[in-house]
Amino acid sequence: MKRVVITGVGAVSALGLDLRAHSEALRAGRSAIGPITIISTEGLVTKIGAEVRGFDPAAYFESGKIALLDRCAQLALVATREAVAASGLTFRDGLGPRTAVVLGAGVGGQTTQDENYFRVYHEGAKRLHPFTIPKLMISAAASHITMEHGITGPSFTVASACASANHAIGVAFHMVRSGSADVAITGGTEATITFGTMKGWDALRVMAPDTCRPFSRDRKGMVLGEGAAVAVIESLESAKARGAQILAEIVGFGMSSDAGDIVLPSPEGAAAAIRGCLVDARLAPEQVDYINAHGTGTAANDITETKAIHAVMGAHAKRLAVSSTKSMHGHALGAAGALELAATVIALRDGFIPPTANFTEADPQCDLDYVPNEPRVRPIGVALSNSFAFGGQNAVLALRAFK
Amino acid sequence: MSLDQTEKAAKADPATIEGDVLDIIARQAKVERALLTRSTSLAELNVQSLDLVEIIFALEDKFDIEVPYNANDPSSAGVSFQNVGDVIDGIAKLIGARDARKPA
Repeated sequence: MKRVVITGVGAVSALGLDLRAHSEALRAGRSAIGPITIISTEGLVTKIGAEVRGFDPAAYFESGKIALLDRCAQLALVATREAVAASGLTFRDGLGPRTAVVLGAGVGGQTTQDENYFRVYHEGAKRLHPFTIPKLMISAAASHITMEHGITGPSFTVASACASANHAIGVAFHMVRSGSADVAITGGTEATITFGTMKGWDALRVMAPDTCRPFSRDRKGMVLGEGAAVAVIESLESAKARGAQILAEIVGFGMSSDAGDIVLPSPEGAAAAIRGCLVDARLAPEQVDYINAHGTGTAANDITETKAIHAVMGAHAKRLAVSSTKSMHGHALGAAGALELAATVIALRDGFIPPTANFTEADPQCDLDYVPNEPRVRPIGVALSNSFAFGGQNAVLALRAFK
Repeated sequence: MSLDQTEKAAKADPATIEGDVLDIIARQAKVERALLTRSTSLAELNVQSLDLVEIIFALEDKFDIEVPYNANDPSSAGVSFQNVGDVIDGIAKLIGARDARKPA
């Protein structure tokens, strides 16, 4: 089995339009949650989100191309360009057939779907634009990445709600580790701040009215985010052979299903995925320094996740650091694991732990070190990144600092 | 199906509200309506969090009201969902507020 390293990362999130901006905000503990502006919030209970601000598609795409791209595909393409440029790889000179694109998405082209269904159902439009279907299909972003970069190996999109990106990255990691692909472009994308989707979230009664306060006693729920993050991964030997920069190593991936409830999480299911990840990575609990938590800020998730970490880590649970960067970039659903991978890679590379922002008060049921509000400068060797989706689909990644 | 406003307004007397609330809880909890009393707790009916969200949805739709319920912060709703009687009283209050806002 090959060792798998990350040689490029790109990110577009509420924290900024590239990895550097994403990282600087995480390092400063700056939350990007604020009033929703890209749609009217009249008639919505939830009026806050973590929007990608200042994203002008015309700065990245020709007008003819924009017409073919839902916002989620635009974000994914921009993040991919950054990751590919950072990796130094090109794909049209022979590497294309040996490269995979495995992208996570929870919903797909939601803006396209919302706008077009509004036209037919509400405005009585007699016809829709012919690009409606090619824009809304959940796999479109992955396809556009292959087209833009000339990648002719396997490409597909993984959907497991809030765990989509972690499942995608984990599958891509296993493909490169086993040798079935030499390189993979992987991550996740999501852009679902649309009126119809927000009405749906309102109806579920889990959204915070103020901000996202993971693990804090006064937390009131999740805040929807959006964005995309993409990593270029390859074998250690190929990265070394071409003298590429190595940002971090992916060492393990664990998955499980709760087989429980369609919305309520289970500590046993979450613990099984964390445990499976450690086994896959051949790591002992004591080796883990930091966990980038799923940490949605809902009453249920944060208690469940805390229990799961206790169950797997034993006495070490109290010694390691746990933080939820969703407190800063929001919950980007199918892109969440990718934005959090970007955060974790930067934390490993630069030696700091991003904080849990907006933390006000400890919850007796959440009794770990959540790195409240202040980032911590400290070298970390091994980190996990948790994603636990609605419907009990759990995926956990393990990363190691590359020295 | 939503009722039109006049029909809703006409139905907003206490006995009807109680009857409608009992219907909705009985349907969602899958129990005989006759077994429900004001002191029946929703927990003993095994109403889980998503069931409760559905009950609230049905109540809002039936009475054209907004119940400000957040599953992460249930006490902020101003309506208790402890017992059947709490729900009836809370909904009656919201309907009263709804009617007070409406022009005569």
